[in-house]
Amino acid sequence: MNPALTSAPDVALNFADYQTEGFHDELFGDDDSPRPEAGPLIQRINSLPPGELMRRQAAAERLLLQLGITFNVYGDNQGAERIFPFDIVPRIVQAHEWEWIEKGLKQRIQALNLFINDIYHDQQIIKDGIIPSETLLEATSYRAQCHGLNPPHGIWCHVTGTDLVRGGDGQVYVLEDNLRCPSGVSYVLQNRSIMKRTFPQVFDMSRVRPVGDYPLRLLRMLEHLSPRDVANPRVVVLTPGVFNSAYYEHSFLAQQMGIELVEGRDLVVTGGRVFMRTTSGLEPVDVIYRRIDDDFIDPKAFRPDSMLGVEGLMDVYRAGRVALANAPGTGVADDKVIYAYVPKIIKYYLNEEPIIPNVPTYICENPEEREYVLAHLGDLVVKAANESGGYGMLVGPHSTKEQQAQFAELIQANPRNYIAQPTLSLSRVPTICGDRFEGRHVDLRPYILYGKEIFVLPGGLTRVALRKGSLVVNSSQGGGSKDTWVIATTQEQLQPQSTAP
Amino acid sequence: MLSRVADAIYWMSRYIERAENLARFMDVTFNLMLDLPQSHQNAWPPLVYTTGDHEYFREKYGDANQASVIEFLAFDPDYPGSIRACLKLARENARSVRETISSEMWEQLNLFYYMVREASSNERIKASPLDFFHEVKQASHLFKGITDATMSRGEGWNFSRLGRLLERADKTSRILDVKYYLLLPTVHDVGSPTDDLQWQAVLRSVSAMEMYSKQFHAITPSRVAQFLLLDRHFPRAINYSVIGVEHALHAISGTPMDTFRNTAEQRVGQLRSELAYTTVDDVIQHGLHEFLDQLQNKLNKIGEAVHETFIAVRPINSPSQSQSQENGYQRQSIFIR
Repeated sequence: MNPALTSAPDVALNFADYQTEGFHDELFGDDDSPRPEAGPLIQRINSLPPGELMRRQAAAERLLLQLGITFNVYGDNQGAERIFPFDIVPRIVQAHEWEWIEKGLKQRIQALNLFINDIYHDQQIIKDGIIPSETLLEATSYRAQCHGLNPPHGIWCHVTGTDLVRGGDGQVYVLEDNLRCPSGVSYVLQNRSIMKRTFPQVFDMSRVRPVGDYPLRLLRMLEHLSPRDVANPRVVVLTPGVFNSAYYEHSFLAQQMGIELVEGRDLVVTGGRVFMRTTSGLEPVDVIYRRIDDDFIDPKAFRPDSMLGVEGLMDVYRAGRVALANAPGTGVADDKVIYAYVPKIIKYYLNEEPIIPNVPTYICENPEEREYVLAHLGDLVVKAANESGGYGMLVGPHSTKEQQAQFAELIQANPRNYIAQPTLSLSRVPTICGDRFEGRHVDLRPYILYGKEIFVLPGGLTRVALRKGSLVVNSSQGGGSKDTWVIATTQEQLQPQSTAP
Repeated sequence: MLSRVADAIYWMSRYIERAENLARFMDVTFNLMLDLPQSHQNAWPPLVYTTGDHEYFREKYGDANQASVIEFLAFDPDYPGSIRACLKLARENARSVRETISSEMWEQLNLFYYMVREASSNERIKASPLDFFHEVKQASHLFKGITDATMSRGEGWNFSRLGRLLERADKTSRILDVKYYLLLPTVHDVGSPTDDLQWQAVLRSVSAMEMYSKQFHAITPSRVAQFLLLDRHFPRAINYSVIGVEHALHAISGTPMDTFRNTAEQRVGQLRSELAYTTVDDVIQHGLHEFLDQLQNKLNKIGEAVHETFIAVRPINSPSQSQSQENGYQRQSIFIR
C-alpha cells in the first residue's frame, strides 16, 4: 500500500505557526487570526492530541482506496487508478457570501440558457451585433445539427458546474462555465460522508448545510423532462464505460438515484424509440442523463467513428420521444471565447448587471488584444478555447521561455482558439503538507440544476493545487479536493428540503 | 435487468468462485504431496498439464515444482487463469456494475483484490502458501456471505448464484477427477492407509470432511465420489450445485419448475434428472472419469445457453455481435486434460 497512508508520526499539527503569507486565505484573516466561521474548527484542531489529525487523514485516505473511489488518468500506463487526493481541512464559505454566489449563479445560468436557445433558433444576439457571427461559427462546440431543436420546457443546460476563483483582491470571479458534462459532484458527496465518518466531533459543532439530497434532486429534474406523462418514467445514466476518467461518478450517481447505468451498446433505436437490452427483452427509455460528449452520442448525427453512442438517437430526440440532459449543443456556451461575452449576454437577455464578474479576458482574435497577449506571455494565463481539465494551457509566471515561444506560435497560427487572462493570485486554504499546515491555492465548483426551478447545491467541489505555489487544481494535474462547508444561517437550511415531485 | 449487467454479475461470481477453487486445488495438491512418500510421483506437473497451457508454463518457469506451479496458478499477472487474474477480472466486472451490487460487496471484492495483489510480491506469504490459500477461501466466503446479507433476492442475486454454482459444479468435478488421475498408475494403493489420507485431503480441500463423516463412517473412494457427486445437501457437491443452478434459472425467468421455456432451463433440467436418478455404482461402472468429462461438457452447454438466452439480446433482424466473456481467450482450458 502507499507508504504515505500507513505512516502517521505523532506530530502536533496545529495552526500556531500558520501564516497567510500575503495571500487571501479562506479560513484566516489578514492578521493571521481565524475568520469567525472557522473559529470552532481551528480551535478543535488545535486541541487534538499529537498525531490524531494525521491518523484521521490517513484513515480517510485508506477509506477512499477501500471504497475504490478512484479516477483513471489518461496517458498513464494500464489506465492506473488513483484516489483523488483528499485533504481533511475543509474550506468554509461564509453564509452571506454564499447567498450572493447563489444569486449570481442563477442569473448566469438563466442567461446562458436563453443564449443557447437563441443561438439554435433566431440568433437574435448576433443580428443585434452583440456577438460577431464568426465568433459563433468558429466555436468548435457549436453544433449546426442542433439548429431548431426544442428541448423539453426550453431548458438546455440541466446540469452545470461553474468554476469560481477568488483573486488576491478578495473578489470572487467566474473562471469557467462547464455546461457539457461537468464532473466532480460525486466527490462533493463522498468527501462529505468521509468527513462525517472520520471527523464527527468537528462536524457536529459547525452548522454545515447538507448536500446529500443532490441525487434525489437530480432524479426529480430528469424525470421532469420525460416525454411520456407517466408516474415512473425510465431514466438512465449513459456512460462511455469503465475506462472513462469519470466512470466512478457515473456509477455512483446511477446507484444513488437507483437507476440503470447504461453504455451505448446497451441501447438500441428501433421503431422510432430508444430501448435498452435487458434479460427479458427490449425495454423503452424516456430520459437519458448522458455523460458522453455531443460528438460521440450518435454516430449517425455526429462522429461516424464513435463506438460509444447509439445510432439514431438524435432522430428520436428530435422527434421528442426521448429527452437528453444536457441537451446536445450546450457546449457552445462554455467556449472560452464566448465566455468573454457572458457579461454582455446577461445584460442582453435579462437586462441586468452581472452579479459575479468574469475574470478580465483578452480575446486573441482581436488584433490589439493579441498584441498585448504576445507581449505579456510571462504574466498571463493562456487557454485554448476548447480544452478542459487543465490541458492546453500556459501559466505565464511558471513557464519557460521555450513554452512561451511555443504558445506564441500557437496563438499566431490560430488566434480564434486562444484567450488570455491575468494570472490571479488564487486564494488559499490551510492544507496538510507533510507534518505541518501550509496554504494551498483553491478554486470552487458549485453545481447547478435547472429543472422546474434553478437549484444551486450549497457548497460544491473545492479543488486544491497540492504542489506548493501551483495554480492548477485539476485532478489530472496533481490537484486534490476538500470538503466545502456553507454555514447555515437558519434552522431551515439545515434540513434537507422536501424533494417530492 | 440490463443484459450487460446480468452478464457482469454472473462473471464476477464465476471468477471469484474460480479463484477460490484454484486455491482449493493447490491446497489439495500441497497436502497430497505432504502425505505421499518421498519416492512417490510428483503431483505438481499434472496440475500444469491439466491447464492445457504447459507450453507457456515451460517457457516461463521451466520445471514444474511446488514453487513454480504456485507462482503460475496463484500469482502470474500475465496468465489469465491465475488467482490474481481471476480477481482482476472479477473486480473489473464488479466495477462495471457498482451501481447494481451493494457497496459492501464492492468493498470486500476490492479488499480481496488488494490482498492477492500484495501477496504476489510478498516472499513471506509465498513461503507459507497454505495460509494464503486459506485467506483466499475466507475472502471468497466473506464475499458470498456479504452478497447474501446485502443483496435483494432479485435477478442480480440469482445471476450471481447462477454463475457461482455453475462454476462450482465444474470445479468440484475437476478436483474429484484429479484424484483418480493421480492414482491411476498405482491401483494397488487403493484401500491402503496412504490412500485414506489422500481421500481425506480431497474431502478437506472442498471443506467436506466433517459433513462427509456425519453420513459415512469410513472413507472409501466410492462413498467420497457419491458424496461429492450426488449429495443433495452439501453445498459444494455437484448435485447440490446443479439444483441451485436450476432454481436460479427459474427464479430469473419465472418459468414453473419441471417445465422449460428456454434451452438453458431444458439442459439443466435434463442434467438434474440424470443426477437424481443415478447411483454411484452406475457411475463407477461407466467410468468416473468419462462421467465427469461428460458432465463438464454439459455444464459448458448450460453456460452457453445462459448466454444465448439472457445476454445476447438483440432486436429482430440484427446480427449477433455478442460474445461470451470466455470465448476471447480460453474456453475453460484450466483444469481440462
